[in-house]
Amino acid sequence: MAALSLTAAAPAFAQSIAITGATLAIGDGSEPIRNGTVVITGGKIVAAGAGVAVPAGAKTIDASGKWVTPGLVSGYSRVGLVEVPGVRQTNDTSARSPFSAAIDVAPAINPLANPIAVSRTAGITRAVVVPATGVGIFAGQGAVVDLGADLNPITKARAFQYVEMGESGAEDAGGSRAAAILTFKMMLREAQEFAKAPASYDGRSKDALLNRVDAEALVPVVTGVMPLMIHAESARDILSVLALRQDFPALKLILAGAAEGWMVATQIAAAKVPVIAGGLDDLPSSFEKLAATQSNVGRMVKAGVAVSMGLMDRDEGLQLRLATQQAGNMVALNKVPGATGLSWGQALRTITSAPAEAMGLGDRIGSLKAGKAGDVVIWDGDPLEMTSAPVAVWIDGVQQPIENRQTKLRDRYATPTEGAMPKAYEW
Amino acid sequence: MTKSGKWLLIAALLAGTAGAQAAKKDKETPASQGSSTEPENPYPSTYKAYPGRPTVIRGATIFDGEGGRIDNGVVFLSEGKVVAIGGPDTPIPADVALFDGTGKYLTPGVIDIHSHLGVYASPGVDALSDGNEMTSPVTPHVWAEHSIWPQDPGFGRALANGGVTTLQILPGSGNLFGGRSVTVKNVPARTQQGMKFPGAPYGLKMACGENPKRVYGAKGREPSTRMGNMAVDRQTWIKAREYQKKRAAGKDQTRDLGMETLADVLEGKILVHNHCYRADEMANVIDMSKEFGYRITAFHHAVESYKIADLLRENNICSAMWGDWYGFKMEAYDGIKENVPLVHRAGACAIVHSDDENGIQRLNQEAAKALGAGRRMGIDIPDEVAWTWLAINPARAMGIAEQTGSLKVGKMADVVLWNGNPFSTYTRPEKVWIDGALMYDSANPKLRPVTDFELGQIGAGDVK
Repeated sequence: MAALSLTAAAPAFAQSIAITGATLAIGDGSEPIRNGTVVITGGKIVAAGAGVAVPAGAKTIDASGKWVTPGLVSGYSRVGLVEVPGVRQTNDTSARSPFSAAIDVAPAINPLANPIAVSRTAGITRAVVVPATGVGIFAGQGAVVDLGADLNPITKARAFQYVEMGESGAEDAGGSRAAAILTFKMMLREAQEFAKAPASYDGRSKDALLNRVDAEALVPVVTGVMPLMIHAESARDILSVLALRQDFPALKLILAGAAEGWMVATQIAAAKVPVIAGGLDDLPSSFEKLAATQSNVGRMVKAGVAVSMGLMDRDEGLQLRLATQQAGNMVALNKVPGATGLSWGQALRTITSAPAEAMGLGDRIGSLKAGKAGDVVIWDGDPLEMTSAPVAVWIDGVQQPIENRQTKLRDRYATPTEGAMPKAYEW
Repeated sequence: MTKSGKWLLIAALLAGTAGAQAAKKDKETPASQGSSTEPENPYPSTYKAYPGRPTVIRGATIFDGEGGRIDNGVVFLSEGKVVAIGGPDTPIPADVALFDGTGKYLTPGVIDIHSHLGVYASPGVDALSDGNEMTSPVTPHVWAEHSIWPQDPGFGRALANGGVTTLQILPGSGNLFGGRSVTVKNVPARTQQGMKFPGAPYGLKMACGENPKRVYGAKGREPSTRMGNMAVDRQTWIKAREYQKKRAAGKDQTRDLGMETLADVLEGKILVHNHCYRADEMANVIDMSKEFGYRITAFHHAVESYKIADLLRENNICSAMWGDWYGFKMEAYDGIKENVPLVHRAGACAIVHSDDENGIQRLNQEAAKALGAGRRMGIDIPDEVAWTWLAINPARAMGIAEQTGSLKVGKMADVVLWNGNPFSTYTRPEKVWIDGALMYDSANPKLRPVTDFELGQIGAGDVK
């Protein structure tokens, strides 16, 4: 299957595709509409909405009774960096390396990793790929990828730098939050020194915190060219993060985690910092999440924060498909007295256009607006219901296989007993 | 407990289950004297049902937990029990709390057969990490109940968001013989005894596969391989059988806590819950159980049950499974979403479990994933039948099916009123009764349990 789809991946862009009759959600926060049409031409969305004309000669797909959304975007993942987390040789999420900020995950992404196919089958078409820290507080430069069945996964390499604050940052910095904040500031100062006079920056002296390549990698961060994703959970850690702009005003911040973000939502909104949250955190799983609640996302959105959802705690390499469950549960909260949820359209936005915008790619992916990439999913029911699944997926206008080794195992063992020959001959 | 009226009632209700037979046998056998004398029940349950009032819920769609469905149904709860259940014509007594369930769904409380709440509590700090006694691969002498921290906030979340009314707390899977499990009612209490499900049989947690061999291989000791796992298991069963024979014969021997647990397994009093992912390993373990004459009640984390569903049916072994976990370690590599429905279709016992303080809050959604995946491949299981995965099936595998696990007259009034179809992502518990007492009501902020740990801290009493 993989080999076939790889050769078939060379797109035949010429013909337009029109998907008609669906319950259609654009992904921009608006609510779904009945009997919508999406037109894809040349790998891009041409139009989507009610009353959209089907161009002459378009291949028309009748999606009546079905739902259509943009391909989903995972706001926080490690997909493609790991095949089996528990098998070290397949796990490229972090390293005990002499390098940190300079690490670039893009060339390590394996587009043939099974979790990519599994996620694609579930309607995830793009993902933010976040490196994990190995030595020190900076993890390196993350990427945005597509999950297409081809060998070119990169949407944007070096899309952001990643740094740990809060409990993990403290641990990475030797044991305290104060040390993490000081380390952060001193490292960014070294990057500024590097930027002023690259030739004279001595990354080898024992006083240097950063070697030359790591210092160079932090230059676009300190100048605000490259976004900086900072992991912080507690209210006070979030405020410490926002305060870093007093020393480094150009920082283009993205907050990851923010389990207690609702407590300081007005400050986050005022700072115009987008947040990528886990959504379903509601336990004091650590002392930095004492105030965790599933209403966190809803309360932040209500306060004007741009919130996306991603996988924050585990299975970040595998379970991108939980995005629909995260979003669906935000809708469920609307019926719980005292809770703050999201409308259906807002919930879908947290797993489509919001993460795209947080990555600075809002003009390219994440919604079905004209000019965006032709990432489209047809679902057999409401995509936020756990009983629903995609029936067709396009990425950049190329129809994708929705088989994977799990569907093959399912088919092989539809009947568990062996026939005349062993199961190994059934494929 | 054995002297209380409650115990006698439960023993009567239990008739026919392994636990009940064991309990009766204990009562009929005069206690032997000497160093081998085991106290019958040294850490007895002190749980008593909280006060409830006679309650009727009418108009809801009822899944009875055994596969039955009643539209526009009526359920009458009184004295902690289900007193009546039926269609719209069921008479409604006067002087009851009457709730309108129109447009809502009523089910028996969710039962999670695999939880580590209390033993791996939140916050997840080392000081509260009490689930795995990884100092020896053979620790049948440890009891999970002695690690339970009743103040784990996870219990309340499982109640309010998951509708969980009963759960089995197991030791972890680092060891081949992890220790005794305990079944608790999901009520806040000062002590674990105050949660303990009266009369529920104990379980023995066993584990095969990667965890024991990794943990002990890393320490440079046996087992470091799967054959090592099996060898240590078998050597241990040989000793256990000797101990059990002596005990049965009334011969004097020094008490051995681990051997007491294993002897109880060999006599069918304690139920075996075996963590096992791979199909081929389950087959080996099934043969081992026959070699030593014990029964496996359930394989847990059984991600490859779908490959041997026929074998599991023939051996009457339940599979406790996740909705969609896969691939996080090598032995989970072949996990598929259709595992649960494939096991169900083969006629074997299927259970959806959590093993997770977050998953336990959404077991209904985990079941929905399996249900949808099954339907997509043509396994058309009605909603009310799928609910057995969270109700009567785990109750049977925990030896408590005579008391709870379905909405049948005379059973514990463990009931959830959902604000929509519980297989929908948009649905949450609206009210949860345990033994007829209203323990959660989404409309009443005072009925959100706040643990001692959370009390006086930020977020206490917030909607979670």
